[in-house]
Amino acid sequence: MKNTTLKQNRNSALLTSILSILLGIIVGAILMLLAGYNPLVAYQALLGSAILQPFDLGETIRTTSPLIFIGLAVALAFRTGLFNIGVEGQYIVGSLTAYLVAAKVSLPTGIHALVAVVAGGLAGAAWAALPGLLKAFRGVHEVIISIMMNFIALYFSNVLVRTWLAVGKDSTDKIPPTASLRIGSLSQLFAGARIHMGIILALLAVFVFYYLLWKTKLGYQLRAVGYNRHAAEYAGISVRRNIVLSFLLSGFLAGLAGATELLGTSEYIAIQDAFIGIGFDGIAVALLGANAPVGVVLSALLFGVLTYGGGNMQFVAGVPFEIIRVVFAAIIFFVAAKISFRWGNRKKGKAYA
Amino acid sequence: MNVVEMRGITKRFGSFTANEDIHLVVKKGEIHALLGENGAGKSTLMNILFGLYQPDEGEIYIHEKKVQISGPTMANELGIGMVHQHFMLVQPFTVTENIILGVEEKSSGFVQYEKARNKVQKLSEQYGLKIDADAVIEDISVGMQQRVEILKTLYRGAEILIFDEPTAVLTPQEIDELIVIMRNLIREGKTIIFISHKLKEIMAACNRVTVIRRGKIAKTVEVSETDEKKLAALMVGREVSFEMEKKEQKKGSIALEVKDLLVKGFHGKMAVDHLSLDIHKGEIVGLAGVDGNGQSELIEAITGLKKIEQGSIFLNEVDITKFKTRKIIETGVGHIPEDRHKRGLILDFTVSENMILSTYYKTPFATTWGINYTEVEKYTDRLISEFDVRTPSIDTPIRALSGGNQQKAIIAREVDRDPDLLIAAQPTRGLDVGAIEFIHRRIMEQRDKGKAVLLVSLELNEILKLSDRVAIIYEGKIQGWVDPKIVSEEELGLLMTGSKQAGGDAI
Repeated sequence: MKNTTLKQNRNSALLTSILSILLGIIVGAILMLLAGYNPLVAYQALLGSAILQPFDLGETIRTTSPLIFIGLAVALAFRTGLFNIGVEGQYIVGSLTAYLVAAKVSLPTGIHALVAVVAGGLAGAAWAALPGLLKAFRGVHEVIISIMMNFIALYFSNVLVRTWLAVGKDSTDKIPPTASLRIGSLSQLFAGARIHMGIILALLAVFVFYYLLWKTKLGYQLRAVGYNRHAAEYAGISVRRNIVLSFLLSGFLAGLAGATELLGTSEYIAIQDAFIGIGFDGIAVALLGANAPVGVVLSALLFGVLTYGGGNMQFVAGVPFEIIRVVFAAIIFFVAAKISFRWGNRKKGKAYA
Repeated sequence: MNVVEMRGITKRFGSFTANEDIHLVVKKGEIHALLGENGAGKSTLMNILFGLYQPDEGEIYIHEKKVQISGPTMANELGIGMVHQHFMLVQPFTVTENIILGVEEKSSGFVQYEKARNKVQKLSEQYGLKIDADAVIEDISVGMQQRVEILKTLYRGAEILIFDEPTAVLTPQEIDELIVIMRNLIREGKTIIFISHKLKEIMAACNRVTVIRRGKIAKTVEVSETDEKKLAALMVGREVSFEMEKKEQKKGSIALEVKDLLVKGFHGKMAVDHLSLDIHKGEIVGLAGVDGNGQSELIEAITGLKKIEQGSIFLNEVDITKFKTRKIIETGVGHIPEDRHKRGLILDFTVSENMILSTYYKTPFATTWGINYTEVEKYTDRLISEFDVRTPSIDTPIRALSGGNQQKAIIAREVDRDPDLLIAAQPTRGLDVGAIEFIHRRIMEQRDKGKAVLLVSLELNEILKLSDRVAIIYEGKIQGWVDPKIVSEEELGLLMTGSKQAGGDAI
């Protein structure tokens, strides 16, 4: 009898995720059939080109690491009952700040990278502070403010690149190697793939996320506020303070995503005419991963495989990459529709009512 | 004639059997009470009759014809109507609009409002409901809203009315009126199934009573051939003592002093209006009043959850008026909140996480950054055994516990801190006799230990049974003080509605 309900909850979340993934893949397959492609060949190409070769595996992991950070960022806010849709902006600000520290400050190898990463995280937190403060003290809906903050971040970054960091060009120079997160031996291990220290930092963040939320006083407060702010208030927990803290931490994680991507993958900043959409992917990762640390890692990995492998599938099987975005969307659709609800949860839930 | 007959009904949820081989016979023209503890299976049985659940075994006969009730629509067609405990009304709509919602009579696309209005008015007169068909729901009292629910079932042609805990929200006078209405309904040929765990009302209103215990029928008896004590024993499965042994009061100095308090409610009106109140050590002060007369705001002001406009609050001579909630808790206030799901518990937290809700940051639970969950578990183990909280494990989400056990968990948490002032708001709302008895004893223990207790309850007999002094609150003011030993429920009811000032028996 021990732990049954807890397990039921976990099982139903897991069941939802697995069913949603399967259904999403089936929806993709139906689309391919309708468009005259062979889904078996396509998925085989996708999977084969994502993980079989060391190079591809390295690139898949590289694609996965910012998704882990962003997924954690969204999940942390969700756990406190907040919807941080501003991760995209916090990501941009994080990467911009990391670039500034990398390009404009000189420090010894390693330390330089570390300082740039932390600076990126702090910048993300600072960018998230405004929606957090407005939500806590003025009751302004965080979604509205965060979306606007995304636009400000995007165009602010573009202005800085065009007028200061790379006058007359579309992109900046590369960062100095002292600030890079790439490690030669790691790249060699994966046949020269752009895999970098970001994945190590991301996995570290997963552990910190778990420890923070379930083992510390702060985590207890954040979860209490998230589940029931009236009860938290009743117990003397400051709801406002925890809303702001949650946004700061979430923004910090999003900033880390931007910083590690810049310092490890791209190594320069380019003018962007639109969002890269990592914010939405992060929301998808958090939803599919049920806001749980291990869940976020697994769903980030799935999205990493689909994104990287999907790109190759285009070449190998001739199936357009857009199909993979449809698979993404379908998976999230099914997660949001709580597809396992009828099969597992409903009757058991009622027994206690 | 048997209007309803349920034969051998069994309903299982997974491994849990909610109803086991239940036989229920309801005769035409009677008020048949369904009595049982919370979780005994009354609601499940009625949900089966109303078509919300399908039984695993058994048969249902309506007017002696075998039926299979596939859903509420079919139940309505069979003439079964349910008056829910939580009203299903659209607040800004009028009475008529609410009643016809979903069954509007139309003519070329337009709702025949005038015709419906007249029908509503006629039904209201026929059954003595005294409802104004044009009144807007949010402007009328809770008792009136309940009558609208009754009218709704009648409008849909109900012959068998199920009342789900109808008196939980009513004042004593409204309860009397409801009983009159039920008699009117019977006289007009209706049949009523009355779900309750209040013995007094069953004795006053019903013809026969079926007692359900742990999913099985304990017995069906004529009300005239039984009494409250026998019914309680049937329901709980053992003897229940109604009499509480009240020890000689050892009244000490003043513990809580509220002076000239002003607290705003919704719409900026003063919910607590120049209220003053004091409670001594070793004393239970009962606060009686009709719901919505400032009780909630008073409690929230004392516990720092609501802003105080004016006035002051002292606890053992410490001015806590400007303290934040945490500081107030630390100064020695325990609070059993009126709404356990809104304030009292975090339903998705485990039992043990809920036990440290206001103490998680203190030793022995807190370390520098973290929480020592070994200590939390030890503490929870002790509390659940001391306070008889029945749970599969301390890691179970508290959502899965029954209402009584959830309430016991809150009481364990609040009482174990041994606060100088215990605020108990509706401490036994919705609980069964066994749990009520337990909770009353715990509250009494605090008083006997020399603590101050503020008891806020809509149950008058609870207030009269436990309190040393009773204050009546009306429109945010203390209308008067009475001695619970000599005041009658009727007199209290009049004071509560503001129609009488406390007279010679005031203390």
